[in-house]
Amino acid sequence: MKTEVKIPEVGESVTEALLTQWYRRDGDFVRKGEILFLIETDKVTLEVVAEGDGVLKILVPEGATVAVGTVVAVLEADDAREPMPAKAAPERTAGVLPPSPVEAAEGPSEAAAQPSVGMPPKVRPPDTTDGRSPEGVTVAPAALRLAAERGVDLARVEASGPGGRVTRGDVLLFLEQPAKPMPTAPPEGVLAGSKGPTGDRRQPSTVPDALSPLAEPTTRQPMSRIRQRIAERLLAARQNTAMLTTFNEVDMSSVQTLRARFREAYRTRYGVSLGIMSFFIKAAVAALKEYPAVNSFIEGHEIVSHHYYHLGVAIGAERGLVVPVIRHADRLGFAAIEQAILDYVAKVRENRLELSDLEGGTFTISNGGVYGSLLSTPILNPPQSGILGLHRIQERPVAIAGEVVIRPMMYLALTYDHRLIDGKEAVSFLKSIRDNVENPERLMLEI
Amino acid sequence: MAESEKVDLCVIGAGPGGYVASVRAAQLGLKVVCLEKRPRLGGVCLNIGCIPSKALLDSSEAYHTARSRLAAHGVLSDGIALDLRTMMARKNQVVRELCENVRKLLERHRIRVIQGSARLVDGNRVAVAEAKDGGSKKGPLLIEARSILLATGSEPVSLPGLPFDGSHIVCSTEALAFASVPGHLVIIGGGYIGIELGSVWNRLGAQVTVIEQLPAITPGLDGQIGRALERALTRQGLVFRFNTRVAKAVAAAGKVQLTVVAEDREAQIVGDRLLVAIGRRPLTQGLGLEEVGVVPDAATGQVPVDATYRTSVPSIYAIGDLVAGPMLAHKASAEAVAAVEGMAGIESEVNYDAMPSVIYTNPEVACAGLTEEAVRARGVPCCIGTYPFSGSGRARCMGETEGFVKIITHAGSDRILGVHIIGPCASDMIGEGVLALECNLTSQEFARAVRAHPTFSEAFQEAALAVRQCSIYAS
Repeated sequence: MKTEVKIPEVGESVTEALLTQWYRRDGDFVRKGEILFLIETDKVTLEVVAEGDGVLKILVPEGATVAVGTVVAVLEADDAREPMPAKAAPERTAGVLPPSPVEAAEGPSEAAAQPSVGMPPKVRPPDTTDGRSPEGVTVAPAALRLAAERGVDLARVEASGPGGRVTRGDVLLFLEQPAKPMPTAPPEGVLAGSKGPTGDRRQPSTVPDALSPLAEPTTRQPMSRIRQRIAERLLAARQNTAMLTTFNEVDMSSVQTLRARFREAYRTRYGVSLGIMSFFIKAAVAALKEYPAVNSFIEGHEIVSHHYYHLGVAIGAERGLVVPVIRHADRLGFAAIEQAILDYVAKVRENRLELSDLEGGTFTISNGGVYGSLLSTPILNPPQSGILGLHRIQERPVAIAGEVVIRPMMYLALTYDHRLIDGKEAVSFLKSIRDNVENPERLMLEI
Repeated sequence: MAESEKVDLCVIGAGPGGYVASVRAAQLGLKVVCLEKRPRLGGVCLNIGCIPSKALLDSSEAYHTARSRLAAHGVLSDGIALDLRTMMARKNQVVRELCENVRKLLERHRIRVIQGSARLVDGNRVAVAEAKDGGSKKGPLLIEARSILLATGSEPVSLPGLPFDGSHIVCSTEALAFASVPGHLVIIGGGYIGIELGSVWNRLGAQVTVIEQLPAITPGLDGQIGRALERALTRQGLVFRFNTRVAKAVAAAGKVQLTVVAEDREAQIVGDRLLVAIGRRPLTQGLGLEEVGVVPDAATGQVPVDATYRTSVPSIYAIGDLVAGPMLAHKASAEAVAAVEGMAGIESEVNYDAMPSVIYTNPEVACAGLTEEAVRARGVPCCIGTYPFSGSGRARCMGETEGFVKIITHAGSDRILGVHIIGPCASDMIGEGVLALECNLTSQEFARAVRAHPTFSEAFQEAALAVRQCSIYAS
């Protein structure tokens, strides 16, 4: 089988290149991935690698200027012909000179760089000293600590440090090992599962695919930092608080009527549309004033009450949920609140959110309704003691004054820390929000 | 009867390992004595290594720039000439000042420096014959120390049957002090010493031929970087003869006649000077190591130590070129600090995963972490991002567009495994790469750090972004 070796595309508007140098000679056996030749254009210098195994037959000599796409050589796969062992071995063996001490000194890294076929990777024997350090410390503290923390058996870690010692980087590479092999991995890369301490990495795996746990189509990806943080915080909230959720429902008729009635006027006056969030924030502030426990934290054996109202608003972002904080929400009008939310949404989208935007909240509102949730139990955002969950507005038959009528209804959920807030308070708090939203004029009159 | 003195630590050698160890020990409150057999402090690095070679590299680069590059900037000058004597005097001045600084540094820390050759008597005693102290001669001296730190460094290796003669067949020491520019300088060894000194004399007008028995220069360097460096040096006029060994060399009538063998064919090369730069060997002779039970490795001459730099005799420590690892001044200094802090009960170590190395050619080469070859040989799934300096505005302004940066990351975790640079200011840029390795940064984090515009380090940002493309594609 013949493989053509071509001058690759190197970019737009580049039509020809100078073949500067052949790294392999005519008749050489080359393997896939080995560098064959070098091309130069006015923009780039590029090393071109073999795309298959075979015997190299050069068609275009060094120094020629050739068009992109030109076949400059062919690789003839010849099964009968084995790669010449002399080529695989370092050529220094041909010289009569002994390797200089420095070269020899670089033994470990040299060995790592070019392991000869059949040689197991350099591995420290377990619990034995290597004779070079008869009684001493054989592993540096940082590597030792990391290995202990992550439960790594150091005997299984390939060592690259001076004197054949395991470095912290070696332990890290060992820990990263089970990661799915990527396309850039050498083609002869072995499945992670078969990488035993004595296994030869360069040999193709003899384990049939069907027996390999990796044969099923799964992918592994490291958790992003933000996802790890979310995971930690959610778990901490579950473990460190006494969460309980109480529900209620709210008739959104008044709010919807108000919004419909003043939509245009409001937009003209303030440049923002009047959303439902500002009503809930206002209602929440009023309820927090009435039930200060909900606006308090537990810190050790103390209760810290906040005499200000910093309300976090959960916003879904591409990489996870974020909760920017609207500061002094009690001092803001409806328009200012809507504007603050719009600003945060823009910041989230453009990845401009700063840490300070996320800090200092005393209570949180999360609106799962935007995704269509009918009912949910939010998780606290520690150290806060309460979180209000809003949901989808749904037209439902309800009985009012003895008659069944259709009303836009929304379920409300309040998750609270029962250590600090009694059931009566929590239920009253949620009822207060409901009353204020159902009768927005109460917010104006502050009753 | 020899005078005797009791100390906490006796440091043997006042190079970048020894003097740093002495200062750190003094800072930690230990009573230290530092022995140095040469009259000047600073070791090979300051006297006949890093510092004088960099002084000459910078001076020769200035000459080369004045002659061939200033015109492109519109700076015209006539009659540019080389005054080698001034160039050498300046180099000597730089060396002298820095040695003086080391002396003051040790003085400031009240470290007693004794000039003389040391010999171990046992695990806690060092004999100094013919000790000189502060210039005045003294008799033999016996030092009793709780701990002894060996920091004697290394010396150039000569070829068997080709001993150094100090004039025509020389090591790096003489090649830093030629009285005139050789017409043809032949160098055996394509390591960093050979090509740095080759660059110096090539810039000053010598024809330079480098003979290397391997098929490439600077073994251990990332292959892509090494090949780019070889091309750059070839363009500058250095001639490389790879896969070639020297069978014979004879110095006669002011010339050196070499017989070289490549692919079983003999050839003759005639040069004016022959620089043998095939490597360095730990300097342990005359210390009496074997007698006290410290046996250097037979093959490498290195002193075996554990992770705390303790030899097989618990009170004797060794660092720097004497022990395994790359022979680098900063590695010796780092090990000095770690070893001494260990003696003082402070947990301390050297991060060999983030050890920079630099070749001061033009373009410079600087690397830290794993090479692409090492990563692939270990079967680590990797992503590679490169970016050429031709894309950097600053490089274009300076007319120094040769080279590129290369970042290698783990394809799964995105952690940076290696940073390699060939190009302008690589030696200073690598610090950023070392920091990234030290902090286990991912390419994403590395790319996020803002670099000033226009600077060479912007290339890091672009290379890191190129890595990200790979990672996203791969995942």
